[in-house]
Amino acid sequence: MTMEPELLRRLLRAKDRMDVASHEAWPVRRLAKVSGVSQAHFARSFAAAFGTPPHRYLLTQRIERATALLRETNVAVTEIAFETGWASLGTFGRVFRDITGESPRELRAREQAAPQDLKATPRCFLRAARRPHLTIAVSEKRRREAGAMTGSEQTEVP
Amino acid sequence: MSQGVGVAGLYVRDQEEALQFYVEKVGFRVHTDAKNGDYRWLTVQHPDQPSFQLGLFAPQPPTVDEATAQTLREAVAKGAMPPLVLTVDDCRAAYDRMSAAGVEFTQEPVERYGAVDASFRDPSGNGWKLVEGR
Repeated sequence: MTMEPELLRRLLRAKDRMDVASHEAWPVRRLAKVSGVSQAHFARSFAAAFGTPPHRYLLTQRIERATALLRETNVAVTEIAFETGWASLGTFGRVFRDITGESPRELRAREQAAPQDLKATPRCFLRAARRPHLTIAVSEKRRREAGAMTGSEQTEVP
Repeated sequence: MSQGVGVAGLYVRDQEEALQFYVEKVGFRVHTDAKNGDYRWLTVQHPDQPSFQLGLFAPQPPTVDEATAQTLREAVAKGAMPPLVLTVDDCRAAYDRMSAAGVEFTQEPVERYGAVDASFRDPSGNGWKLVEGR
């Protein structure tokens, strides 16, 4: 699909703003204003440009932030949840597990035990590379995994 | 002469706009600006780095076909081009000077692990990290 570079450049501005302040609330109204497009067009244009809806992009940014804090600091999980923009610890834990497959505590234990040799890569580029690759909605991912675990897919008997 | 990388280029949506940005706002100077019909070979350089030129190139036919040119312009505008790093002695001072000149910063100076860094973009969408040399 062809998109106007001028529009893409303005949508990039909204993405940049989420990158630098992913802990803040980013309703479509606010993002659309940053990009100078109507709210009706924003979500669709953003998804067409970046391959993911804005709210899901924000979610993966927050999970990346949380993952980095878990790995690199000893800040309590509760504090990390609030620092990275989650309204409740329960939601944070659930979405974190849905996306990464581990609980925050499990990930911290595993990452902190593993040797780190990433000093040569500038941090900002590393952050972009470590953002979770979430190609479907979290709810869909959860549903599919639950389906796979219980084997609930019905097969028709001829 | 010294050996090494002589020119590396960026794709920009408009060479005149890019020239103004990199010279007047970032502080580079023009090295070569040669027009050959529709084609413009344009390079700028950092005043302290005479052996390196940064090319500011427009993706356009006949260098690339029109469909490819459009794809490249889109990729640049989406911020999908490779990382660029500009090293400075004092990141906060550079930030103050450049933001006063109208550069779009995407991240204000932040101190991390003893070094200060910031981020900005050119009008086309190319992203730069501004870091303090150590």
